[in-house]
Amino acid sequence: MSAEVARKLLMEHCTSAFLRKQLAAGLAHDDRIWRELSEISLVGMLMPESAGGLALSEVDFVLVAEACGYAALPGPFVEHAGVAGPLLAAAGAAAVGGAAANAVGTGLAAARADTIVARLAAARANTAVAGLAARAAAGEALLAIGHPANPFVADADTAEAVLLEHKGEVHLVSRRAVRLTREESIDPFRRLFRIDWTASPDTRLTNGALGRSLWEEAFERGALFAAAQCLGLAQRAVDLGVEYVKSRKQFGKPIGSYQAVKHLLASVQVKIEFARPVLYAAAARFSQHDCFSRALISHAKVVASEAAEVGARAALQVHGAMGYSWEVDVHLFLKRALALECAWGLSSFHRKRITRRILTQPLGPEHTFSREQHHA
Amino acid sequence: MDLTYTAEQVAFRAEVRAWLKAHVPASALPPFDATREGFEAHRKWERTLAAGGWGMVTWPREYGGRGLDLIQWLIFEEEYYRAGAPGRVNQNGLFLLGPTLMEFGTPEQKARFLPAMARGDEIWAQAWSEPQAGSDLAAVRATAQRDGDDYLLNGHKIWCSRAAFADWAFGLFRSDPTSEGHKGLSLVLFPLDAPGVTVRPIARLDGKVGFAEVFLEGVRAPVAQRIGEEGQGWKLCMATAGFERGLLLRSPSRYQVAAAKLVELYQQQAERADPTLEAAVTRAWMDAESYALSIYATASRLIQGGKIGAESSTNKIFWSELDIALQRTALSILGARAELLPQAPDAGDVGTWLDDYLFSLAGPIYAGTNEIQRNIIAERMLGLPR
Repeated sequence: MSAEVARKLLMEHCTSAFLRKQLAAGLAHDDRIWRELSEISLVGMLMPESAGGLALSEVDFVLVAEACGYAALPGPFVEHAGVAGPLLAAAGAAAVGGAAANAVGTGLAAARADTIVARLAAARANTAVAGLAARAAAGEALLAIGHPANPFVADADTAEAVLLEHKGEVHLVSRRAVRLTREESIDPFRRLFRIDWTASPDTRLTNGALGRSLWEEAFERGALFAAAQCLGLAQRAVDLGVEYVKSRKQFGKPIGSYQAVKHLLASVQVKIEFARPVLYAAAARFSQHDCFSRALISHAKVVASEAAEVGARAALQVHGAMGYSWEVDVHLFLKRALALECAWGLSSFHRKRITRRILTQPLGPEHTFSREQHHA
Repeated sequence: MDLTYTAEQVAFRAEVRAWLKAHVPASALPPFDATREGFEAHRKWERTLAAGGWGMVTWPREYGGRGLDLIQWLIFEEEYYRAGAPGRVNQNGLFLLGPTLMEFGTPEQKARFLPAMARGDEIWAQAWSEPQAGSDLAAVRATAQRDGDDYLLNGHKIWCSRAAFADWAFGLFRSDPTSEGHKGLSLVLFPLDAPGVTVRPIARLDGKVGFAEVFLEGVRAPVAQRIGEEGQGWKLCMATAGFERGLLLRSPSRYQVAAAKLVELYQQQAERADPTLEAAVTRAWMDAESYALSIYATASRLIQGGKIGAESSTNKIFWSELDIALQRTALSILGARAELLPQAPDAGDVGTWLDDYLFSLAGPIYAGTNEIQRNIIAERMLGLPR
């Protein structure tokens, strides 16, 4: 339901003319699209209700991320709403829930609340974090995420605050307190930055033990939603190719009537058809948090980024010289596919995780939906 | 899609597993295509299956089934392949003609043919292709000429799987002699021992009998053996082909079990094997899982009343290509021994990989070549012009 609304909204806004306008202006983020995505609560989809979010699941967001890929939506939406927002909410909740956290020996508030003054300071900080999470869920504040798995931070320049890692801890740092160095990407809509910053007790949201598990979860979301965007991207590339080969004529016939052209596009469609169920299963089993579910996310990332790449290349090929031109949009999809493969774990990393699952867990058809067995 | 098996499904799996454990023959049966002996050994197995009520679990009870749904069918298949149970000699009947009869047959035809099929009493062959009608199946020339309450069948069918030893065949015939192409075709059943039928076995590239050609000279078949309306044959064939490519012919568990065996082989040979093969092993496993997840999604959709569409073509391409890659990887792991036949003195544990590899090469050809499937995807899914 939200996915259909998102798809419609994004396709209305992300026209070729819009992309070209942003391209010329060197912009990724667009206030109007952001406002509309916020108005229908998509920005806070994965955020908890306490932060004003919809508390929906990865199953729901994966469809929205797929629509973003299809539309080639520029800007921070997927990382903000899909990864950074939930991370901030979880880290903030852990800090606020100091007493509970203390019971399991983790948590920022408990660790610091050894004096009344410190306790008050912690409470103020927690209120500020909760406030930021609520504004992030409402789309009023933009977040960026500097995940240790990614060398650079996307869309850091338009963010109000950046989530950063230090010794496993989650830190929340104002954008004004970090130094940004632009790292130009081949994808003109991917605004990457190197971030120089200094960790301090004031920026710390969680300790290392809790932080590491939150960073891990953020990584899984990042990889899953990158895969979702790739799948959307792959389908869009095929659709662009199909549209062109139906109208372009050579030897007196549409080139789409020739088998060489048909088979190229059909082969990509086969890849898409068999990446989709993996992606949806990975989303459905996200909360399993074990070797099986992580391998499934990796599987989705590998096959979806392959589909995106071969899709974009097939689209380029069937467009002929037009496909190689700046004027035709195909290159935008090709570049996004390349960029997404580089983010949230390279395919080589993800393949290794799959191999680990294969070599350490039981195999066979009865294990398609298995979970890890813990022997206590 | 619900990814957790229900208690009922778990119990069903246990029941299938226990039955197979008690009944699957300890040593492999001789192949069903090579000799009459192997064929009959497989017929006997079909009868054992049927006696246990496992002939075709998705069929209604009145036809020898258990009235189970497609998820249970997948579970049955998973256990079946996991147990290493014999190949289904009657797969043409059970997986292709069966569903077609179920959808288009009269009550009398269903009662006449389905229970005998489920029991293994009648083993079926497919008689569609002709020397001049392969990918262009609509070019069939064999005729079914009306003669009172009978058809007189004449013509030459080829590449008929199982026909060397099977009892019956389902054939595509031109019932309107003035027709061309897809029109005027009818699907007619005939016994392979009927007067006027000559069966000539054809050897496959491995030298074993794999299929046959069938010559029909004035073969008499009652009109009651025609499925569907006269002239509706093409529509029925396309429905059958949908079953063939789509869901039933190649269960995902076949490849999941093969992938697990491949991983085992790799682990056994890891010290000697080229380390770069790990990527191919991982890939084979991934593709088998992708196929399984896709089929579960399709089965869930069909249970909710959906119809199988062009995914029968994407499926066929996917399983046939993953099969070749999987089997070829096994040969690479075996290294220089990969070329040895099992009877070679130093073959060791080469197993059936070579056989399975050769058979996988037929995958992109039978059930409609992958080139034809890509045309279908391009034209029906993507809307490209003919």
